[in-house]
Amino acid sequence: MEVCARTNVTLREFGCEQTLLSRPDGSASFVQGDTSVMAAVYGPAEVKVSKEIYDRATLEVLIQPKVGLPSVRERSQEQCVRETCEASLLLTLHPRSSLTLILQLIHDDGSRLSCFLNAACMALMDAGLPMNCLFCGVTCAINADSEIITDPTAAQEKESRALMTFAIDSKEQRVMMSYTTGSFSVHELQQCIAVSQKASENIFQFYRDSVRRRYSKNL
Amino acid sequence: MFSGLREKVGQVLVPGDEFCLEIPETLSLSEPMKPEKVLLGPGLKRKGDRKLLVVKSGVLRHKQPHVFWVENQQRRYVPARGETVIGIITVKSGDVFKVDVGGSEQASLSYLAFEGATKRNRPNVQVGDLVFAQFSVANQHMEPELVCVDSAGRANGMGVFGAGGLLFSVSLGLIRRLLRPRSDVLSDLQKLLPCELVVGMNGRLWARASSVQQTLVVSNLLQSCDTMSPPQRQQLFRRAAQGAL
Repeated sequence: MEVCARTNVTLREFGCEQTLLSRPDGSASFVQGDTSVMAAVYGPAEVKVSKEIYDRATLEVLIQPKVGLPSVRERSQEQCVRETCEASLLLTLHPRSSLTLILQLIHDDGSRLSCFLNAACMALMDAGLPMNCLFCGVTCAINADSEIITDPTAAQEKESRALMTFAIDSKEQRVMMSYTTGSFSVHELQQCIAVSQKASENIFQFYRDSVRRRYSKNL
Repeated sequence: MFSGLREKVGQVLVPGDEFCLEIPETLSLSEPMKPEKVLLGPGLKRKGDRKLLVVKSGVLRHKQPHVFWVENQQRRYVPARGETVIGIITVKSGDVFKVDVGGSEQASLSYLAFEGATKRNRPNVQVGDLVFAQFSVANQHMEPELVCVDSAGRANGMGVFGAGGLLFSVSLGLIRRLLRPRSDVLSDLQKLLPCELVVGMNGRLWARASSVQQTLVVSNLLQSCDTMSPPQRQQLFRRAAQGAL
């Protein structure tokens, strides 16, 4: 468990494995506490004529729930992940091709959108797609006592008054995407963004360490 | 000028890392100034006037005088001009063949681009055949084009091949390690088993040894080399030499 000194920025233990699947061009699994997601990337590959964009690659994101078919909630999360990825990938370098990102939820124990974002970033990096910057997802919950909890579990999410997920870029720690539910004040929103930016430093350091470990064999 | 970049050679970089190119503030008037040129390979991009951006994760490599690139282990091939690849003929239509090279688009190969081919004397190429060919046109805006002859019109090892061997794919990082002059993987393999090997830069390998069994051993060894450090690989090869496989 990584603990930050200034505020109570506590993230659950996280872990990651890259290139664990043999068929896709890039794959990663990301674990945050008990939440676990597997991601696979295919591309740049051939694109359907109907989805072809003449000056950049078409990115498609598919989220598969643990059981059953993808529903409205998955569709809205797909859109959040897709728009974040589109902002960080250099899609113009591969015009008229398709990129497919598949995210399979393995276990949900809160903060699933941030786990999707983290798994997506690791898989895109593994596939060797050109990227502007990295991104990570941080979820914050505000409970009944107005305390901010980062990376909440499913039980903490249920008790919370408001829930926010931010995607943060690695260059200037700017917010790339936000997804909020519940009611909160402007001040609380700003506090949550500050806490997420603080937490993102830990996650980016973790990204760097896990990529270093991966390439340690051919240094 | 590239001190920041030089320090990081051999280290692991991730997308989003930036480097500044320091341009000297003062110019010496007495000494003749030679502009320094930098050559950026895959994984590095110029950003604005004096910044370099890393766009892929991997190990930064350097070659004299000012060549820099990021070496990574990706699997998907992106065609580049002049690279030699192993393709599979998928369609025969009129005067061009369509070839699957593993990129985002099928490449085209003219029937006249073989050694000694003329309009009368067509090469014998069937759908499903393997060809070893070179890219004459490859950029992101155009359909890639392959040729099976060099600039002098000679086959130079290119053309249709592949009877009695096995085709398999590995990561692009391993391919580059195999194609290095004095490759350690290749020399280890040669000591163990004599075999015929065709290495395509698109991540495809074709091998043929004296028997089917030995061909399979070669393919298994090379595929497992992908994620091994040199001591691990030498141990595996030693075990294979003792007949463990």
